[in-house]
Amino acid sequence: MGALTVLLQLVRRTAVFAVSLVVASVVVFAFMTVLPGDPARVALGINATEEAVAATRAAFGTDRPLVVQYLDWVSGLPSGDFGRSYVTEVDIGPQIIDRLLVTTWLVLSGMAVALLVALPLGVLAAVRHRRPSGTLISAFSQVGVAVPSFLAGILLVTVFAVRLGWLPSGGWTPPAQDPVAFLSMLVLPALALGLVQGAVLTRYVRSAVLDVLREDYLRTARSKGLTPGRALVRHGLRNAAVPVVTVLGLQLSTLLIGAVVVERVFVIPGLGSLLLDGVANRDLLLVQGVVIVLVLAVLVVNFLVDVAYTVLDPRLRRAA
Amino acid sequence: MTAQLTPSTRAWGPPALVVGAVLVGLVVAAALLSFVWTPYDAVQIDPAARIAPPSSAHWLGTDRFGRDVLSQLLVGARTTLFVGVIAVGLAGVIGTPLGILAAMGPRWLGELLMRTSDLVLAFPALLLAIMFGAVYGPSTLTAMVAIGIATAPSFARLARSGALQVLATEYVLAARAAGRPRTAIAVRHVLPNIAGLLLVQASVSFAIAVLAEAALSFLGFGTRPPTPSWGRMLQEAQQLLYTAPELSLWPGLAIALAVLGFNLLGDGLRDRFDPRLAGRR
Repeated sequence: MGALTVLLQLVRRTAVFAVSLVVASVVVFAFMTVLPGDPARVALGINATEEAVAATRAAFGTDRPLVVQYLDWVSGLPSGDFGRSYVTEVDIGPQIIDRLLVTTWLVLSGMAVALLVALPLGVLAAVRHRRPSGTLISAFSQVGVAVPSFLAGILLVTVFAVRLGWLPSGGWTPPAQDPVAFLSMLVLPALALGLVQGAVLTRYVRSAVLDVLREDYLRTARSKGLTPGRALVRHGLRNAAVPVVTVLGLQLSTLLIGAVVVERVFVIPGLGSLLLDGVANRDLLLVQGVVIVLVLAVLVVNFLVDVAYTVLDPRLRRAA
Repeated sequence: MTAQLTPSTRAWGPPALVVGAVLVGLVVAAALLSFVWTPYDAVQIDPAARIAPPSSAHWLGTDRFGRDVLSQLLVGARTTLFVGVIAVGLAGVIGTPLGILAAMGPRWLGELLMRTSDLVLAFPALLLAIMFGAVYGPSTLTAMVAIGIATAPSFARLARSGALQVLATEYVLAARAAGRPRTAIAVRHVLPNIAGLLLVQASVSFAIAVLAEAALSFLGFGTRPPTPSWGRMLQEAQQLLYTAPELSLWPGLAIALAVLGFNLLGDGLRDRFDPRLAGRR
C-alpha cells in the first residue's frame, strides 16, 4: 500500500507541477506582452506612419492573434528559442544560456558556502543548546539573516578589495579562460550570497537537530552505549536531513534571486545583469525570457523538493 | 506542506521581544522625528561640503552631493516604514480573507486558492517588482504593490491553517449548529482568534518588505531620486567605496538593524501568540 500511495502522490504532484508551468508561462506572457502595448509602435516612436507600424508588426509577428503568439513563444522554450529581440534584433536564447551558466556558478558556489557555514554551526548550536556558545551561534545567525546579500557584498569589497587589496572588487572571467582569475573573482560574490543564506540555514539546521535530539530512538541509541556525538552521527543526522533538504531547495530560489542583486554589486555578466539591462533598454521580450527562466527554475526546484520530500519521509507519504 | 518548517528561536525568549521592540521603536522614532526636525534639508545639495567626514556640523558626514547623511537616514526611515506599511497592509488585506475563504469555502475553492498562492510564491517580490518596473516604469508604488502581492500568500496560508483550527473548535461547531451565517462566524470567531498569528506574520513580512525595498532601491527599481531611501544611499555609496568607504556603513547599518528589529519582534510575538509553541520546551 505504501508504494502505491507514494506513486499516487508523485503522479498528483507531477500533474500540479505541469499545470503550474503552463499557468506561469501564460501569466508571464500576459504580463510582459499584453500589458505594455504594441512593441512596433514603441520601436518606431510616435511619429511613425500607420504603414510603417503595420510593416514592423508583420516583421515582429505581433500582428498575429495573441494565442498564436503565445503558442509560438512557449513552443520554442524547450529548445532554447526565446525569440528575437525587438530592440537589438538579436536572438535571445543564446544570450540567456550564456548568462545562465555564469549565474549557475554563482548560485552553486553560494550554496556551497552556505552549507559549509550552516552544517557545523547549526549542529553545534543544537548540541550546545542553552550554553553560551550555542546562544552565540544563534545570535550570529539572527544578525546574519538581517544583512541583505548586496550589503554583505559591499562590506566584503570594502574589506578584502579596498582595504586589503587581496581580491578583485568585481568582474568575471570564464573558468576555461583563466581558472585562477575565475576563482579569485568568484570568492567574494559567493561569500556575499552564501554567508547570508548560511545564517538562515543555520537556524533550520539547529532546529532540526534539536528536534532529533529529543527523539526516543536517540535515547535508545545512547542507552546502547553510544556517545552523544556518535548517536547523533549514526542515527540523528539522517533524520534531521529531511527538513534541512527542504529548506535548502527553497533557498535555491532565494539564491537565484539574490544573485540578480549580487551580480549588480560585482559587475558580473549573469542572468540578473541581463534582466536589468533588458529593463533599462525597454527590451521586454528579453525581460520576458529571463523572467520565465527564473520562474521555471523556482518551480522545478520546488517540484524536486516536493518529490524528495514524498520519497524520503515515510511519515509524510500520506500527507497532502 | 505539513511539516513545521519554522526554525526554533526559543533560545531568545522574552529578550527577543524587547530588543525587537526597541529597534523597531528607533526606526519609528527616526521617521517621526524627520517630520519635525532634521539637521539639514535631506535633499539640499551643497557642492562646498562634498564627501565631508563626520564633524560637529555634519554628525555622520555628507555624500558626494554634499547632502547631510544623518538627515537622509532619518527621512529614509520614513520611506522604509511607508513602503513596509503599505506593502504589508496590502498583503494582509489580500491574503487574509482569501485564506479564511479557502478554509470555509468549498473544497475545490480552497484547493484552487492554495494552488494559486503556490504559483504566486514562484514569483519572488524582487522579480515581481522588476516585472512591474519593466512594464509601468520603476517607482515606489510599483515596488509596494509588487512586495504586497508577493507576500500575500504567506498571509493566506497562515489565515487558512489558523481558520481550520478555529473551525474545529466546539464553540464554532455550536455557532454553526445554531445556524449562524458563515460570514458572522468568520468575523466573530475566526478573525479574532487568528489576529495574533497575523500580527506575527505582519512583523516578519515587514522585515521582508524592508529588505525588498532596499534591494529594489539599490537596483534603481524602488524609490526615485531625490526622495531619500536607504537602499539608494547604499547604491550611491558603493560608487565611492575607494574614496569614502564609511558612507556605505550608515545606510547598511540602518537596513540591517531595521530588519533585525522586525524579525526579533516577530519571534517575540510568536512566542506569545502561537498556540502550537505554548508549553513546548
